[in-house]
Amino acid sequence: MSTKNIMIVGVGGQGTLLASRILGNAVISQGYDVKVSEVHGMSQRGGSVVTYVKYGEQVYSPIIGKGEADIILAFETLEAYRALPFLKEGGKLIMNIQQMDPMPVITGAAQYPADVVEKLSAKASVTALDALSLAKEAGNPKAVNVVLIGLMARNTDIPYDVWVDTLKATVPPKFLDVNLKAFDLGYNRG
Amino acid sequence: MAKKLLIGNAAVAQGAWEAGVRLVSSYPGTPSTEITEAMVQYEDVYVEWAPNEKVACEVAIGGAIGGGRAMTCCKHVGLNVMADPVFTASYTGVNGGLVIAVADDPGMHSSQNEQDSRHYARAAKLCMLEPANSQECKDYTKLAFDLSEQFDVPVLLRLSTRVSHSQSLVEMEGRTEVELKPYEKNIGKYVMMPANAIRRHVVVEDRQRKLREYAETCDLNTVEDNGSSIGVITAGISYMYAKEALGNRVNYLKLGMAYPLPEKKIRDFVKGLDKVYVVEELDPFIEEHCKVMGIDVTGKEAFTLLGEYTPDMIKKAVFNEDAAAFAAVEEQIPVRPPVMCAGCPHRGTFYVLKKLGLTVSGDIGCYTLGAVAPLQSVDTTICMGASVSAALGMAKVRGQEFNKKLVSVIGDSTFIHSGITGLIDIVYNKGANTVIILDNSITGMTGHQDNPTTGKTIRGEATKQVDLEKLCYAIGVEHVVIADPFDVKNFEKVVKEEVERDEPSVIIAQRPCALLKTVKYTGRCVINDKCRNCKMCMKLGCPAISVKENKVVIDRNQCNGCGLCVNVCPFGAIEKEA
Repeated sequence: MSTKNIMIVGVGGQGTLLASRILGNAVISQGYDVKVSEVHGMSQRGGSVVTYVKYGEQVYSPIIGKGEADIILAFETLEAYRALPFLKEGGKLIMNIQQMDPMPVITGAAQYPADVVEKLSAKASVTALDALSLAKEAGNPKAVNVVLIGLMARNTDIPYDVWVDTLKATVPPKFLDVNLKAFDLGYNRG
Repeated sequence: MAKKLLIGNAAVAQGAWEAGVRLVSSYPGTPSTEITEAMVQYEDVYVEWAPNEKVACEVAIGGAIGGGRAMTCCKHVGLNVMADPVFTASYTGVNGGLVIAVADDPGMHSSQNEQDSRHYARAAKLCMLEPANSQECKDYTKLAFDLSEQFDVPVLLRLSTRVSHSQSLVEMEGRTEVELKPYEKNIGKYVMMPANAIRRHVVVEDRQRKLREYAETCDLNTVEDNGSSIGVITAGISYMYAKEALGNRVNYLKLGMAYPLPEKKIRDFVKGLDKVYVVEELDPFIEEHCKVMGIDVTGKEAFTLLGEYTPDMIKKAVFNEDAAAFAAVEEQIPVRPPVMCAGCPHRGTFYVLKKLGLTVSGDIGCYTLGAVAPLQSVDTTICMGASVSAALGMAKVRGQEFNKKLVSVIGDSTFIHSGITGLIDIVYNKGANTVIILDNSITGMTGHQDNPTTGKTIRGEATKQVDLEKLCYAIGVEHVVIADPFDVKNFEKVVKEEVERDEPSVIIAQRPCALLKTVKYTGRCVINDKCRNCKMCMKLGCPAISVKENKVVIDRNQCNGCGLCVNVCPFGAIEKEA
């Protein structure tokens, strides 16, 4: 198969790193070669964060270029918008409708763009959901990342059981129940 | 053999463990930190956070001279701090193998400059290996220990952000126990005074000659002949980008050994090729080596000196092919720069410094973000420790009146790293600076590492805790005040008093990092009907507070109830809700 490119974007602190690790581990259990790029340090502090997951027969570069992502998983609306140029023609944009104001908006130096979901839908195949509410429903607002992984999982060819096994292997036991619930809530809306 | 998905840094740690490493000493620094953190899982290795990179390197040198395999890990600018022992360890050589892992940060994801560490290998006359993925990170680390002992040389392992922080598959193997080598006193080898060093320099040059021979024959430098008339000489992550961009349309010479570079191997590779590109991020290190040999290569005239490379960039430069088509965003969208977290203790400090209009000599840590709007109070950031010493220089040229509007800010870990020496300079040379130590009980920016002021070792064991207050008194500072930066009224009063002094003073701004597990803020801050929309709270730059339809609102999901905004509101319009 040709390499699949999945890009995860969000705001530092939203748990994109864990999401990329869950995805990476699910993919290797299927026997693929895989590369996952992470972000650490300064940019993690509430800034835009981007991680890449690439899998296939053999993967060389860990990064994804413009027009190359099969799936973009966006944890936040503005970040989904920012990532649009990376989506492949015919790719899927899966996004959380949560909005977090960046500092230039907070200070009044810039405006948060309006009607982002509509604008994106005019250009790409978009699935949008309120992952924060679903995470709260699962029992912990921090499970936003796993809700979104669940939604994305439906759009891959990796079986449901593989995801559950990966969650069990990746998530600390005391958070497992909440995360399994969060995964299902996302998966069932995919 | 079991395969595991590991970031390059964890693979370096695994490689060191498999190679029988006995000692690892480092100071944290993105993107290198996780190597040393990952060592904690191996109980049979002594691992520590040192106060700075120079100390860490010296500890590792001592371990190696003592006969054990030893490693130190740092970011590119950390190598500057350890440069002094590194250059002389090149002369002494080792006993047990010594590996120095250095992670460059092209694109400056988390750094103050974009220097290329390969120059150190040449300048200090060492050997340097450069892996391109996690498997190579492990393999090259193991080989680095062997080469170190075989050639009696400290070996540099050059990483970069994308190698250090990308996960790929690694074959896991067991540890090979390596016997402690006998320690024998050898003054001529280990005491680097002129008479001995003169003799050792001869040994160094002879060793470098042998390493150059090794570079010609070792399987670190590999040729991939795809029958093309175009050749690409490359190394590290750039090889991966080139391979993705150009596939089998070109021939490759991948240089796993960054220094010394081979000569004959390169001459053989370019024979019969019409065009040869050198693809390397940052400086034209390989390119200049080729050009000195009189080989016609295309390097920086086709590729930038700046930032990270991408496969698209390489495809364009070599074949003039465009990247995939993509949908554009048709409006200007706001950037999202990093910010201090909700509940960050530094926010209170910078709020006060901005309010007082002080010149702020800054340093390296999360608090560098004090330079960003709306707090925007930091004036300078150079390197670890410079906040303290540079402020003395400023005060000496501009005089005491200027100094009364000047403070240094430096984190607890950074102060121990290299702020303390600057403070000694202030005391010794009759400065009158005010230094604010931002004591948040942890090394924050690199992701919560313990340090000499936290009372815990890297393994979480209780240990002696450096008492910052006593330390400052001990070096001769007579005015040391501990203040909570969230008690903004008192903090402001303290800062005003201390900057007025004609003697050195230290304010220890004490409040732990909000992300520490031991910090339990509860409840949420909410705005009541006393709000007059004065927007004083907006000056905090808290990510949870914003203006919606011209009214200040607090986002419940982002607020952690730290209560700083409650303290700055002049009308009692913000209160804590359970």
